[in-house]
Parts: sequence; structure tokens; C-alpha cells
Amino acid sequence: MIGKALQGRGVLRVMMVLVMVFLYAPIVSIVVYSFNESQLVTVWSHFSTKWYVALLHDDQILDAARISLEVALSAASGSLVMGTLAGYILTRFTRFKGRTLFSGMVMAPLVMPEIIMGISLLLLFVGMEQIFGWPERDLQTIVIAHITFSTAFVAVVVQSRLRDIDVSVEEAAMDLGARPVDVFFLVTLPLMVPALVSGWLLAFSLSLDDLVITAFVSGPGSTTLPMVIFSKVRLGLNPEINALATLIILLVGLASGIGAFKTAFKPAAKAAG
Amino acid sequence: MKAVRFLGMPKPGQGRGWVISGPFLWFLVFFLVPFLVVVKISLSTAEIAIPPYAPLFTLSDDGTISLALHLGNFQYIFSDPEYVLAYLSSLRYAAGTALITLLIGYPVAYGIATSRPGIRPALLMLVVMPFWTSFLIRVYAWIGILKPNGLINNFLMWLGVIHQPLEILNNQFSIFVGMVYAYLPFMILPLYACLEKLDHSLLEAASDLGARPFRAFLSITLPLSLPGIIAGSLLVFIPAVGEYIIPTLLGGPSTLTIGTVLWNEFFNNHDWPVASTVAVALIVLLVGPLMLLQHFQAKEETR
Amino acid sequence: MLIASNDRFQPWLDPTATPQLRIENVVKTFDDFTAVDDVSLNIYRGEFFSLLGGSGCGKTTLLRMMAGFATPDKGRIFIEDTDLVPLPPYERPLNMMFQSYALFPHMTVEKNIAFGLKRDGMPKDEIAERVAKVLDLVQLSQFAARKPSQLSGGQRQRVALARSLVKRPKVLLLDEPLSALDKKLREATQYELVTIQQQVGITFIMVTHDQEEAMTMSTRIAVMDKGKLVQLGTPAEIYEYPQNRFVAGFIGSVNMFDGPLRENHADYAVVDCPAWGGPIEVGRGIGYGLGHLTTLAVRPEKIQLAKLDQPFAPVNRATARVKDMAYLGNSYVYHVVLESGQVLKVTTPNMGLAPEQQMRRDEEVQIGWDPSACIVVEP
Repeated sequence: MIGKALQGRGVLRVMMVLVMVFLYAPIVSIVVYSFNESQLVTVWSHFSTKWYVALLHDDQILDAARISLEVALSAASGSLVMGTLAGYILTRFTRFKGRTLFSGMVMAPLVMPEIIMGISLLLLFVGMEQIFGWPERDLQTIVIAHITFSTAFVAVVVQSRLRDIDVSVEEAAMDLGARPVDVFFLVTLPLMVPALVSGWLLAFSLSLDDLVITAFVSGPGSTTLPMVIFSKVRLGLNPEINALATLIILLVGLASGIGAFKTAFKPAAKAAG
Repeated sequence: MKAVRFLGMPKPGQGRGWVISGPFLWFLVFFLVPFLVVVKISLSTAEIAIPPYAPLFTLSDDGTISLALHLGNFQYIFSDPEYVLAYLSSLRYAAGTALITLLIGYPVAYGIATSRPGIRPALLMLVVMPFWTSFLIRVYAWIGILKPNGLINNFLMWLGVIHQPLEILNNQFSIFVGMVYAYLPFMILPLYACLEKLDHSLLEAASDLGARPFRAFLSITLPLSLPGIIAGSLLVFIPAVGEYIIPTLLGGPSTLTIGTVLWNEFFNNHDWPVASTVAVALIVLLVGPLMLLQHFQAKEETR
Repeated sequence: MLIASNDRFQPWLDPTATPQLRIENVVKTFDDFTAVDDVSLNIYRGEFFSLLGGSGCGKTTLLRMMAGFATPDKGRIFIEDTDLVPLPPYERPLNMMFQSYALFPHMTVEKNIAFGLKRDGMPKDEIAERVAKVLDLVQLSQFAARKPSQLSGGQRQRVALARSLVKRPKVLLLDEPLSALDKKLREATQYELVTIQQQVGITFIMVTHDQEEAMTMSTRIAVMDKGKLVQLGTPAEIYEYPQNRFVAGFIGSVNMFDGPLRENHADYAVVDCPAWGGPIEVGRGIGYGLGHLTTLAVRPEKIQLAKLDQPFAPVNRATARVKDMAYLGNSYVYHVVLESGQVLKVTTPNMGLAPEQQMRRDEEVQIGWDPSACIVVEP
């Protein structure tokens, strides 16, 4: 019986290793082949950094990257504010009129197919522009759209942290004379910092990565990096994209990895619970 | 002054109402209202204009408002086999993806949940990490792996297992590979959350009462992880139905899914009303699963 | 009783004294569950008052209504002449010590304690002075710069106490202040808390489920059950004269007998108790009519045991069989069975009897008590 259990454990281990290979092989292959000299992306000739050099001279990509970074910075910050509020409301205000509607609206973008959000937001923006003359389709519409879908992710992170914070800590602050606003800024917010960091990073990388919704709501002058990448890779493999992808993986992966790592391993966070 | 309760306590002032109203309004305007706009435009006809659809309400010279509801779009997409096929194949891809991710994800989630507590966060991180890097790029990477002279074919030919490259790109297989790859973390996370909470002593009690490991798994672990299975399946199924990038990049030009059809109607044919109709039909399809998911998550919350 | 100096501190007996805190007919319901059911209480300045009861009896809800974390559906709560109910927690002149201590994990001990003073806009040097003073009071001066996570459980408990005392509230509310400590530390801390309370002279209102804790520390105890106040009195009153079955059983253990009242005189009464196997004499008159079904209670330590051949004097006497016994070091606990089958609990001090003098299992013994040991409780 013990032997069988060990055998079962072994099967699980093999399964887990295979899944990890499945998850990481594509990423590794991109990084490796970004240093391939050959134009034929998957046929290895020899090591070269020429595609990185080419990337630095590709104005279309550089422009798009600048736009994407700009959008991602504002969208992540907007989502942070909105997601923190939404997460706070959903965990701390357990009863109010329209709570179900509110939680539905906040959380639905987690699963809502992007094409639906894309087309519906675009039609809204077009309609609003007809009626109010605002907003023109440019970076701001992209930022609004990104805030709308990333808020859910921030809210989830914030919610799980808030659940770990003992409500009586907030009550104690209030008992000692802090008004609700003071309680939030002096006690609740400082205790949420790790969640806020990873929430912001998550929103940042989601914004940097979004193609479908962005394609719908962007205007003629606002082509983001994923849009450029998509138009290039539709035509097939492109070694320059491998180099770019490697840089993105490095940047986003590292930054958000650190964020996630911090939340996953922060023992001090547990002290509050 | 109306008594507003904060943390279940009395508080003079409307602070709470203000805190709620900000995000509430945002989502009302940028999430809920857009759906109504989509429904509205799905009921109008296409025109060569900016924007390219006929207004629903027209104000005639004599001052009467006329409302032209055009149900033709719905008739059109339900009678054209192309749309029906696109719907069916989207459903098939999404359901298949949910099933495959469940079969792969369950053992992994179970493996993580039963590993030493010290390494669980690290294992979980490994599963989630790819999700943090670009989706588009991860899908793109599969082209290089699956194409005729890609990594897999080159490797198998080098081994001598095959002499002709396998046709594994631009077909159903590659779409499933891409979908399973992209959505696997969405299955593993809720399963893990469910399995981790499971009291291990239940299994010990079961085996103490004479249940063999497999029997104990079937009668204890599986039923208790059902909420995780359902949540995970919905988290995979719902976004997968509308997936656009994966079928486009990995499925080849002839792939028909709701996502590609909607995209083409919108960007290539500029037929906004028909694109909206496709979207409305998709929303209708997803209302059930979405409500089920909300129901399950609300239940989790109250636990 | 621990608080010997409190023997003459009995403001509730003084008709001219005005209570500091008045709770008037307070009711609180959650959905269809009545947590606090029409409770009225007067608490006097300088008291160490305990709300005692099992979980779900409403004691914590009552405390939270005083602190302002719950609103009464009906009734009022006054401190001196201020109605507390409309005031939010941050404007109430009382502070609370939380069961979980609720220390701010991101602040040092010093910052935790200064938090409330800062909210009042007190000048910095005054804050520093007050914090230093209170740290000295709880003997934590050398830990001022530590974070709560670097402290032991007992130290955290004292930080929480210091933090809630430093604002010099009119009343300090303590929600199970000792429940997170282990048994040894808990006993030492009971004395410490009482000493500190007497030093600062602030009224303490404590919620506890531990009857021993309430007995040791309180000037008065309010026993609650199912949202209702069932008995209010000093520890001795509550122990010696429990008014009903619930209080008698909740505070310490008790043996009970039911039966009709047969004789009733000014200084004694007789109740027929079939379970006892005969009449039981009670050492005072009973306010019921003859024939009334009466419940009698006897504490285990007031029952005497003797071997069959020993002389035995108590008025109420019977024979019983020792069913089992437990040795507790300082005392013995016996379960003895009467002829009727009823089991009685008896405790006797360990007086170092020789083995042949000790009771054995299944031995027939004499059992009895004096009429004064017996009290009448409401059913």
C-alpha cells in the first residue's frame, strides 16, 4: 500500500515536471532563438545579437513601445486606485444596495472575452463622441479601456490581502479616535502595500500586453506595441520579434515576478492576521 | 442625517456612499452601458457613413421620432451556416479546452496541494509566472515550435522517428495546444485553492475506515473539490469561447470562430451592426455560465 | 476574595451615588436572532465590572455597543450625562482593549501607543511624556522601539492595555483580555490587571467566559444568558446565592434536587426530594406556598463524606455508593450514586488521610450536609 502511494506520488511528480516543461518551453525557445543569426528563425546557425541591434533601429517598434509604456503607466496607476477602492468596498462594505451588480461589474472582466469588451467599449466611445464630442479615440480611450479590465485583477489581489487583515485592527484605530478616512490611510493602506505593489505590476503587464481591446478602441495615431507585434507575426516568424519578446519577457517577467514573489513570501504580512 | 453604517457601526455623514459611487459609476458607464450600446447597434443596419450604421431613432421634418428596430441581423447570422459553424466550433474549442485543462490541471493542482507546505508557494509561482509575461508572445512562440520546420518536427526528424514533417500547425490540434497552454493556470489556481483547504485528516479517516487510496480519492477528494472543478472550468470556458488571438495565429486563415468572425466583420467588412449582433449572441450564450460563476464565487466568499 | 480593599467599595449600595455608565433597556437583533434582549445596567466609577457568560450570550455585543461598533435597536447608553448611541466610536470617551489585541503591525510599540494621542492633536512632547509613563506602568519601557511581531504574547497584551489606557478614557472596555495567554501567565496577569486598574482608577468593564477570572478580578459580575441579564451581584453573592439553575450551574458546579415544599418556617423549611430519598432541610424560610415544586442546589465542596462506621453529624444524611473518584492533587472529586440512581459530585480537600481512611470505589459511604449549605434556586 505504501509502495502504491509512493508510485502515485511519482506519477504526480512526472506530471508536474511535464507541465512545467510545457509552460516554459515556448518562452525558453523564444529567448534562445532571439540570439540566432539565421533569418530562418528555427534553424540554428550561430550566436548573434544582430536582431537586438536591428530592433534598436526599428522606429515603428520604438514608437509603439513608447506609446505602450505611456499607456501602461497611466492605466496601471488608474487601475490601482480603482481596484483598491473596489476591493475595499467588496470586502469591507458587506451590505449595500446594488452590491451584487457592483461585484458582477467589477469581476466580470476577469473572464469576459476581450472581443466583447473591445467592441462594446468602442461603440460606447463612438456614441459618446457623437453626443458629447468626447472622447476622441487616442491614448485616453485606451487607458480608460485598460483601467476597466485591469481593475478586476487589482481588486482580487487587494481583496485577498484585506481578508487577511484583522478587522479589529481597523476598529482599534477608530476606537482610539481615528476617523474612517484616517483609519484607511494610516492603518489599512500601509498594511496593503505588498498587495498594492503586485496589483500595480499586474495591471502594468496586462496593459502592456493587451491586443484585442486596444485594437478596437485605439485611434489612427495610437498604435501600441502588441498591435505592431501582431501585424508582424501574422505574416510568420520574425527574428526581430523574438529579440523584442525576450526583452519584454525579461522586463515584465522580472518586475512582476518580484512583485508576486514578495506577496507569496512576505511573512510579515501574516503578522497582521 | 441618515445613519450610514461603516464596519457595521453608526457614522454620521455620507462618506461611504461617496466611496462606493466613484467605482460604481465608472463600471456603470464603461462596462454596463457599452453592452446596451452594442444591443442597440445590433438592431440597426449598416450604412456607408461615419459611424457606419443607421441611427435607431430618426427625427423627421414634421417632428415625429421614428424608431427603426431591425431584427434582420439576427435572422442573418442564424440562417447563414458560416455563423452557426463559427459558434459551434467556438463552443467545441472552449469545452474541449476546459476538459483538457481539467485533466492536466487536476493532478498538478493536487500535486502542489499535497507537497510540503514550504515549497507550495514556489510551485504555485512557477505555474503563475508565465501568465505574467506577454500572452501574445507566448502564443507566437508556438508557431516556431509547431511549424513544418519547427522545433518538434526538426527534433523528430533528427531522431528519425518521422521522415515527413507532421502537420501540426494551422489546424485544430495547434488551436487546442495554444488554448490549453494559455488557459491552464486559470484551471490550476482555483483547483489548488480548493484542494489546499481540504482537510487531510479526512483522507486519513477514510483510509482508517478501510478505503483504498483510489477509493478514498473518489469518495472524498473529488466531491469536495467539485467547487474548484466548476470554477476552473468556467474560468477557462468563458474567455475561451471568445478567443481571437489563438485561432488567428495558430489556426490558419480558414479558421472559423466567433472571435475571428466578429473581428472580420468589424475590421475588414466594416459591418458594425453585424459585428454587434455576433457580440450580442455571444453575450447571450455566456450569461448562464457567467451567472453560475458569480454564484459560485459568492458562495466561496460567504464561506 | 482578592480585592480585600474593595470590601468597603460598594457604591451600588449607596442610594446617593450616581452611576458613571447607564445602560437602559438595550436591545440588539441580528436578522432574526436577538443578541441582547432588554438589558439594563448601572456601573459606577472605579468598578472592575465583568460581563460573564458562554459564547453567544450577548456579552460581546453589549460591549461593542458601548464602544460604538454596533448600534442598539432600542434603548440608550449614557456615560455620565452624555448619550453615547449617536456618537461614532472615535468620539466616545471610552477605549477598548481587543481580544486579538489588534496592534498595528506596521508600527512600533511606541507608535502604537501614541496613535490615539496623535489623533487628539496633543503636542509632541506631551505625547512622549505620556507614552513613557504608560510604558513604565506596564513595564515595557525597553521594548518601545520593537514591532509587535517581535514581542511575546504577554508583552503584546500589555502593549494593548497601555495603548487603550494612555488616552485616560472614562471607561476601559476589555474584550476577553486574557484569553490568548497560557494558564500560568493568565493567573499572574489577573492580579497585574487589578493592580493597574486600582493605580489608574479608571472604570474597567471586562467581557469574559471564564467564571474563575470574573470571580477573582471583579467588584461585580453580570451573568448573561441568551441575551438576557440573568443575575447581577458581587462574586460572593453570585456564588453563594445563584438565583437560578443556569447561574448555579455556570458558576462552579452544583448538585440539584427537585421536590414539593412540605414545611415552611421563618428560619427553616423542608422539601421532599424523591431523588434524595427523603426530606431535605433548608436553613431558611422559602417564599413559596406549601406544595410548590422547589429546586435546591448544593455545591460539591459543601457535601461531607464519611465511612459507614464513622460518626456522622449533618442534618441531611443518606448512604450512597462511590461510583468513581479522581485525584486532583489538592483535592479529591467523587461521584457517588444515591439509592434513587442520581449521581452527586462531591469534592473534599486532600488532608493526607492514611490509605485505610480513604474512600474506595464501590464502597458504601455516608453522605450529608447541613441545612445552611443548601440554597433554593429558580428553575
